[in-house]
Amino acid sequence: MNRRSILKTAAVAVSASTFLSVASLGAWANETLKIGFVGVTSGPAAAWGTSNVRSMQTRAAWLNEMGGVKIGDKTYDIDIVTFDDQKDPKRAIAGMEKMAQEGIHYVVGPNVDDGAAAVRPVAEQNGIMYFPYAFPKELYTAPASNAILGMIANYQSGPAIYKYLKENKGVQKVAFVAANESDPLSQRDGGVAAAKALGLDVVSDNVTYQVDTTDFTPVLTPVIQTMPDLLVLSGVAPANAPQLIRSARELGYQGLISTETAQDATVLQEGAGELANGFISVGGASTPEIASDTMKEFVDRYTKMFGEYNDESNTKVYALEYIIETLKADPAAIDNVDEFKKTMDTFSAPNPYMKGDSKLKYVGMTSFGQKRQVFVPMVVNEFKDGKFETLFIAEVD
Amino acid sequence: MEQILANGLYLGAQYALIALGLTLIFALMNVLNFAHGQMYVLGGFVTYTIYAQLGLPFVVGLAASAITLAVVGALIEKYLFRPVIRRSSREESTMLLAAGIAFFLDAVILLVFGEKQRGVPKIVNGVLNWDFRLIMPYDRILIGALAILSIVAFILFMQYSRTGRAMRALAQDRVAAQLQGVDVDRYSMIGFALGAMLAGLVGGLLVTITGINLGMGGPTSIKAFMMVMIGGAGVISGAIAGGFILGMLESIGLSVLSQYGDITYLAIFASLMIFLAIRPQGLMGKPWG
Repeated sequence: MNRRSILKTAAVAVSASTFLSVASLGAWANETLKIGFVGVTSGPAAAWGTSNVRSMQTRAAWLNEMGGVKIGDKTYDIDIVTFDDQKDPKRAIAGMEKMAQEGIHYVVGPNVDDGAAAVRPVAEQNGIMYFPYAFPKELYTAPASNAILGMIANYQSGPAIYKYLKENKGVQKVAFVAANESDPLSQRDGGVAAAKALGLDVVSDNVTYQVDTTDFTPVLTPVIQTMPDLLVLSGVAPANAPQLIRSARELGYQGLISTETAQDATVLQEGAGELANGFISVGGASTPEIASDTMKEFVDRYTKMFGEYNDESNTKVYALEYIIETLKADPAAIDNVDEFKKTMDTFSAPNPYMKGDSKLKYVGMTSFGQKRQVFVPMVVNEFKDGKFETLFIAEVD
Repeated sequence: MEQILANGLYLGAQYALIALGLTLIFALMNVLNFAHGQMYVLGGFVTYTIYAQLGLPFVVGLAASAITLAVVGALIEKYLFRPVIRRSSREESTMLLAAGIAFFLDAVILLVFGEKQRGVPKIVNGVLNWDFRLIMPYDRILIGALAILSIVAFILFMQYSRTGRAMRALAQDRVAAQLQGVDVDRYSMIGFALGAMLAGLVGGLLVTITGINLGMGGPTSIKAFMMVMIGGAGVISGAIAGGFILGMLESIGLSVLSQYGDITYLAIFASLMIFLAIRPQGLMGKPWG
């Protein structure tokens, strides 16, 4: 073979292999669907947003590993774009603007009331649906239409818990204590109203504490002196719950303690040990009675990816699932949130995280007058010896 | 009243120990160590790892916290603050460096120890209940006593040891101390290490009571600065006084003002502003520095 032939053969081989590579890439590579997260992943409330982000990243990696998500006639790999708003509304706005610049239409977060309220104009102007973990009703009632509550609100779980405890545990006197921040204070006010509506005697509702408090004995001393049957830790952060429980018990309090926020069993066990036994909180689909095999595998994958599971993710696992399943139901919504809103009214899909025939669907008609809340089971847990046990399960319509 | 006094004394002892390290570093190097709270948090996590995770005795965890933070403090002084102080006479350079270290430590703690609140098993069980007039768990009494013991040990060390005397000389007049043969670099490093060690020690002590989490650093630094401002910046006895005053104010405010909502710190901050307007150098500080 002469030199010219060798060069010619080499050129043909390179061209052919290049063509084949490009062709195979075209045939096999998925498009990317970016889903955003704007919330708090640093500072005292880092646990709230971190459990969000890690839930999303775990599920996205799992879906991508299985070949991606088929929406319409295209298959997508899920890419989670995250932004730490440091629990600062100004940064939350910057985060939502970043999502808009990246062409993202579906965002999970923010985690707190003021952040969720602050991003509303940016989301509405840029065609973004967002899933806050914040409770102000004006975010979800008309004319607002882009926010979808990602969990059960305290004004939904509180009355159910108080009613259960009144009827089953004979609770008559209730005391509330809350951190001096917008979320816990609004949750306290909602809880007080719900308790009074049920005919309960509210014996203390004005004791608050700084969110950075480390010693709760002085805070709780006047509350315990009112001798309530039930002590409600309104909107308590997972970091504060064990210390509050411990202080209350050490002060001799023997009544019930509850909260309407999600908690983590390991944190309670480490911080309060057996003193936390009987503590009532709202969880998600993870107790052995209701968790499906998919939920158990999610917990395993999360634990492998990040070293340790966070029980708050029992609720946080749902938002990404709702986004993807709704897009599957209406592929035109992938870049058109009006389509998404239309589909929400009739959307229904199997709930992969619960045993039985539970469905993913949007709810909120009673609370907001429109379907702007994800349906997640309202699992009320009781902490016992390092684990949550299901006290009762209710639903929001 | 007994409960209020006991709560105030307990809070005061832990606050004073936190403030001591901060004021020592300020006295020796004129550095406002914004990372003091993060050092406290790191100390708490070290004790948590040794005591709760590895199952070793609590005192081992406490010693590990103190040693780790002393080493971290020495390295920070030698490789970060010393070169910056040598090259820049502007005070804001060290302030920015300290703030940078605080953010860096926050990030490292998040990566290594995670975002969750951590707690350790109680070191002593049981509660002292004096006819419901005074209720105090035994572990708080023990930690309060250990904090007071640590403060006394620190004072004795500063008063009677050769190193302590050298550091006091350095704090009083850096140039004069240098002319008298005090090795400024060496004692600055020891002082910074000692200040960081105190932060680690108190973090290790308090993890048994309050637990520890990533977000505790910033608020701890703020409280430490308040104590130092009350007592007088750079004055050891001032930091101790500031700690006990803040602890007592907090205890009284939370009990007496609780019916009016969370106004205790509002009242403390307002009082502090008025106090500093009248006496900007604090209780025991000197007006000239």
